[in-house]
Amino acid sequence: MSEGSGRKAPYIIPIGPTHPALKEPVMFTFEMEGEMIKEVDFAPGQAHRGIEWMGMRRNPVQIVHLTDRICGICGVSHTFAFARAVEQIAEIEVPERADYIRALIAEFERIQSHLLWAGVAAHELGFDSLLHLTWRVREQSMDVIENLTGNRVNYGIIQVGGVRRDIVPEQHQVIEDCLNAYEGVISKLLELFLDDRSIALRCRDVGVLSHREALELCTVGPTARASGVNVDLRQDYPYSAYGDLDVRTILPDQYAGETRGDVYDRIVVRLLEVGQSCGIIRQCLDAMPAGEVTAEPKIAKLLAICKKASGEAIGRVEAPRGECFHYVRMEAQEAPHSWKVKASSYSNLMSWIPMLRGEQIADIPIIVASIDPCLSCTDRVAVIRGQRRDILSKEELHRLSVEATRRLQV
Amino acid sequence: MKLTKSFNRSLWAFHFNSGSCNGCEIEIVATITPRYDPERFGIKLVGTPRHADVLVITGPVVKKMKDRLLRVYAQMPEPKVVMCVGTCGISGGVFYDSYNLEGPVDEVIPVDVYVPGCPPRPEAIIHGVVKALEKLERIQGGGR
Repeated sequence: MSEGSGRKAPYIIPIGPTHPALKEPVMFTFEMEGEMIKEVDFAPGQAHRGIEWMGMRRNPVQIVHLTDRICGICGVSHTFAFARAVEQIAEIEVPERADYIRALIAEFERIQSHLLWAGVAAHELGFDSLLHLTWRVREQSMDVIENLTGNRVNYGIIQVGGVRRDIVPEQHQVIEDCLNAYEGVISKLLELFLDDRSIALRCRDVGVLSHREALELCTVGPTARASGVNVDLRQDYPYSAYGDLDVRTILPDQYAGETRGDVYDRIVVRLLEVGQSCGIIRQCLDAMPAGEVTAEPKIAKLLAICKKASGEAIGRVEAPRGECFHYVRMEAQEAPHSWKVKASSYSNLMSWIPMLRGEQIADIPIIVASIDPCLSCTDRVAVIRGQRRDILSKEELHRLSVEATRRLQV
Repeated sequence: MKLTKSFNRSLWAFHFNSGSCNGCEIEIVATITPRYDPERFGIKLVGTPRHADVLVITGPVVKKMKDRLLRVYAQMPEPKVVMCVGTCGISGGVFYDSYNLEGPVDEVIPVDVYVPGCPPRPEAIIHGVVKALEKLERIQGGGR
C-alpha cells in the first residue's frame, strides 16, 4: 500500500507483550509500509518486580539470593557485581582461591548462556533441529554447573566475601571432560552456524548496527563487539581473577576478516566466545591457588562486618550480555541505604530501533533475539501510584534524578 | 476413566511468562529439548492459547501482566488445566514483599498443578505435566 492511496497507510502492527516469538513480556509497536518497518517503538516494564526496593529492606546475605533471581540466565553475574560492591565498602579481602572459583563459574555461565542464545537464534530462523542440537550440547555445561554449585539455575554459589563451595580435586576431572567435549564440538557448531547457506542469507546484512551507532547508544558486550567496538570489561577493567588471566576481546573480523555489525557477526562473536571461555576455564584450573574460599565463613560475623560498613561502591562484571553494573551505598545499617542495578540489556535495548528500521516483518524475531535481550534484568523502574500509571517526561525524570543525587550527598 | 482419543499423545501446552526471572523459562525450554524430549509423548509447546490444553505459568504475576493472564486464560478452550511452575508463582517466593505483585497465581486464576522449585528441574516439570494429564482425565470423567 503506497502512502496516501489508502486511509490505513502506514499501518500499525502491535506485537506483544505475550507473543510466541518473545520469551519474555515486551510490547512492540511497528509502523509498517508494506512489508517494510518504517518506525518502531517498544515498551518494556512487564517483568518489573521491584527488586531494588526489596533489597533495601534486606541484609546483604539475604540480597545475594535476591540478586541470583534478578535474571535466571546470568544469575552469577549480578551476585558477583553486588558482592564486589559490598566487599569494597566493608573492606573485605576475598581469598585468591575464591576469585578463581568465581571467574570459573562466571565463564561456565557464559558458555551455557551463549549456547542457549545460539539455540534460540536458530529457532527464530526456523531451524529447529539446530536449536535441539545446541541445547543438547548445552546440557553438558549445565551438568558441570550442577556438579560445582548444586543447582542448574540460580546457582547460589557466591557469598559476600567469597564463595559457598570449594572445588575439590575430583571435580577437576569433570570440568576437564566437559572442556574436552566442547573443544571437540565447537568447530562443528561454527560450521553448522556460519557455513550454512540459509543462515548466511537470513543473517548477513540484516539488522545492521554501525560502529558509530553502537558507540552512540552505549551498547555493551557481544552486541557492541559485533559492531567492531573493542570493549570487554575482563580486558579493560580486570576484576577478580581476570587480572591474572589472558583475555582478549573477540571481534568478528578475527573470523570473517571484516566487521559488518549484522546479525551474522553477533553469531560469530558469541560462538567464538564459547571457545574463549573454555580457554579461560583451563587457565583458572591451572593457576588456582590453594587456600580458603571465603573471608568469613560465619554468617553472623559476616553480617556484623557488613552492618558496621558505610560508604559507596560500584561492582562491575562482564556478564554474558555485557557490562553488569551495581551501585551500593551502605550507611552502617543492616540494609543498604541505596542500591541500583544497571543490567547489560538495559544498555542494549535501544539498539533495536536502528537495527529494525527498514527491515522486513519476517526478520523481526531474529533481529530482536540478536542482542540477546534479557528483560527480567532490565525492568527496574516503574512509577505506580494508586491505580494510575505515571509517564514521566524527560524534565521530570531529570528533576527526580537530581533530587536523588542530592539525597545521597547529604 | 480414559481420556478421549484426541488427547492421546497430543497434550499441548502454552507457556505464559507473568514477570518471571527467566530461570523457569530456560528450564521449560530445556525440558522440551533432546535430553528429556517429552515430544515423543506428544507433549509440546504451542504458540497460541487457543490451541492449548495446559497453561504453564511462570513468574509471580506483576501488575502489568494480570489482565493479560486473565485474557490468555479466557482464550483457552475447555477442558483446560493450569500449571504453576516455580516457587514465586506459588507463594511469591523471594519476591514475597514486592509492591508490584498481583500474585500468587492462584489469587488471579484457579491453579490445578503446582510445581515447586526455584526453578524446578526439568524432571519435576515433566512430572507436573503428567499430573496435569491425570487432572484432565478427571475433568473428562465429570469430576473437578
